[in-house]
Amino acid sequence: MLTLNNVAVAHSKSPLIDISHKFEAGKIYTILGRTGAGKTELLRVLMGLEKLSSGQILLDGESLASRPIWARDMALVYQQFINYPHLSVLENVAFPLRRQKFSKHAARERAVHYLRLVGLDQLLGRHPSQLSGGQQQRVALARALAKNARILMLDEPLVNLDYKLREQLRDEFPRLLKETGGNSVILYTTTDPREALQMGDEVVVLHAGRIVGAGKPESLYHAPTRIEVAAVVCDPPISFVTGTVSGGQLVLAGNNPLTGVDAAQLPAPGAYTVGIRPDSIEPGGPINARVVLTEISGSETIVHLQFAFGAAIMLLKGVYRFQADEVIDVSIRVGALLMFDQAGRNIHAKKG
Amino acid sequence: MPLFYRIVKHLCLLLWSAFVVMPFLWALSTSLKDANAITSGATYIPWLQFQPSSQGWRSLFTSASTGIDIVGPFANSAMVTLLASLISLTLGTLAAYGLSRFEFRLGFIKNQDITFFFISQRIMPPIVLAIPFFLMLQQLGLLDTVAGLVLVYIALLMPIAVWVMIDFFAGIPKALDEMAMIDGCTPIGAFFRVILPNSIPGLVVAGMFCIIFGWNDFFFAFTLTFTQTQLLPVAIVSLNSSVTPWWSLSAFALISISPLILIAFVVESYMSRGSLAGAIR
Repeated sequence: MLTLNNVAVAHSKSPLIDISHKFEAGKIYTILGRTGAGKTELLRVLMGLEKLSSGQILLDGESLASRPIWARDMALVYQQFINYPHLSVLENVAFPLRRQKFSKHAARERAVHYLRLVGLDQLLGRHPSQLSGGQQQRVALARALAKNARILMLDEPLVNLDYKLREQLRDEFPRLLKETGGNSVILYTTTDPREALQMGDEVVVLHAGRIVGAGKPESLYHAPTRIEVAAVVCDPPISFVTGTVSGGQLVLAGNNPLTGVDAAQLPAPGAYTVGIRPDSIEPGGPINARVVLTEISGSETIVHLQFAFGAAIMLLKGVYRFQADEVIDVSIRVGALLMFDQAGRNIHAKKG
Repeated sequence: MPLFYRIVKHLCLLLWSAFVVMPFLWALSTSLKDANAITSGATYIPWLQFQPSSQGWRSLFTSASTGIDIVGPFANSAMVTLLASLISLTLGTLAAYGLSRFEFRLGFIKNQDITFFFISQRIMPPIVLAIPFFLMLQQLGLLDTVAGLVLVYIALLMPIAVWVMIDFFAGIPKALDEMAMIDGCTPIGAFFRVILPNSIPGLVVAGMFCIIFGWNDFFFAFTLTFTQTQLLPVAIVSLNSSVTPWWSLSAFALISISPLILIAFVVESYMSRGSLAGAIR
């Protein structure tokens, strides 16, 4: 169990503010946040590469603060593929094991075992420069897994890979991590909500150096506690428009009342921010929208729309093409709307 | 016009090669001449234009009064250059690693000031240092000794080593050091197990510069020695008396330059090999 108590890092490009959370061994925690939110900073503090300004880091009850980097028993896979250029694939994976006082033979065997798991047992004698990007990252992964460290950290490990490989490793990683990292606390940072929601047993959302939300992927998605969480877990992005509740009606920006809203479900009169997810807009209905842009992504179509009340995105299953400036009729599933008060708290989370 | 381009290209290369190789060939040709052949006009090709003689080469290895001893100065030069280069490289590499990875601060003096301090040693003309060095070595009783020259050459060569290695270490991502530490190395372990093995190309280049500068230095070899510890450049010049034995001088010059030619080939193969591909993409 890794426990963070009020962890803060002040003097840094992306400072951390009052981070408290408990991480259990054997679970995958995905740390989701935009670039600069403090994800890498958090990992660097845990590794000891960055100084703690205040707070406590406890691993199984013992403070890590006094331990130097090399005695912390951690493993890291970095977003850049970092391997030791002068060592072969096999030697790369055996390197940390030798530092852990494995005998030469035992280190070799263990290294081969993990390289087989990541599918590189045919390339033991190669040097990292002779491998493709995906293979290099697998070497780094095998090295991190083989250590069986108490904390296993993966810092955006897929970000520098091409699309196909990213999909493939995204499917492989959770299995590998579960199979081999059973005793480790696994922290996986990413900016990609799909990755975070797919791989995490628990998702921790980091925003501007703070934890703004944490929980199981499905609850985080359906009932985000704060506006920052809703913004970061949704892909394609959620659209925010201002709205006012008055007289049993929800009136969106530009004096556009939204029909079909159950008055009983509406919060107290006042100004709110309304979040419209791409899957809550459907074709056909009473609302006019102008097409700005159509993106085709795999077997889905992402349509950027301009409404009278503002811009929003519609996600359609299947491939469609709309002309720019074409005006189409759509409807909005009002039950799936998210509403946030002025402080950014979700006051009206509905399962969609 | 690819043919025309190729002809021009090869002509240029030929011209440059001639420019570089000609002095060597000339020295070789001169070393095979005797007094007669040298004074009878410009000739270049042995056997065809003049009768070759081996007296120039033989004179270098005979200890008779007519001969010139090359073995002593060669051994002195080799010892001074290698020792000074080795020590400079060792100290310079450690200093460069420290300066590239850790932040030092003493009042207003920071890393770059320390780096500049090292490199500034090469800015002033050597003549400025001649008298201080002379007095210091005199006080220490090290004038005209190998040990004294080694000390002086370390002062001359270490800035070169620091300069080359700082640049080289700057090209090795710090993440590699960090990864080594995460993988269980102490900072010193990370340096020796990971950084140093990946720095061989830089070490070779820095070492080469040290050896070339040390081997070729005339000024300090001349001002800080008398008769006991003669180095090659001084020995060559001392051949130049009332009657200059051009044949011996040429042979001497060729022998003294031969180690550098060997080094140039070794270094060339290192420089053309890629160095750090694969550490980070």
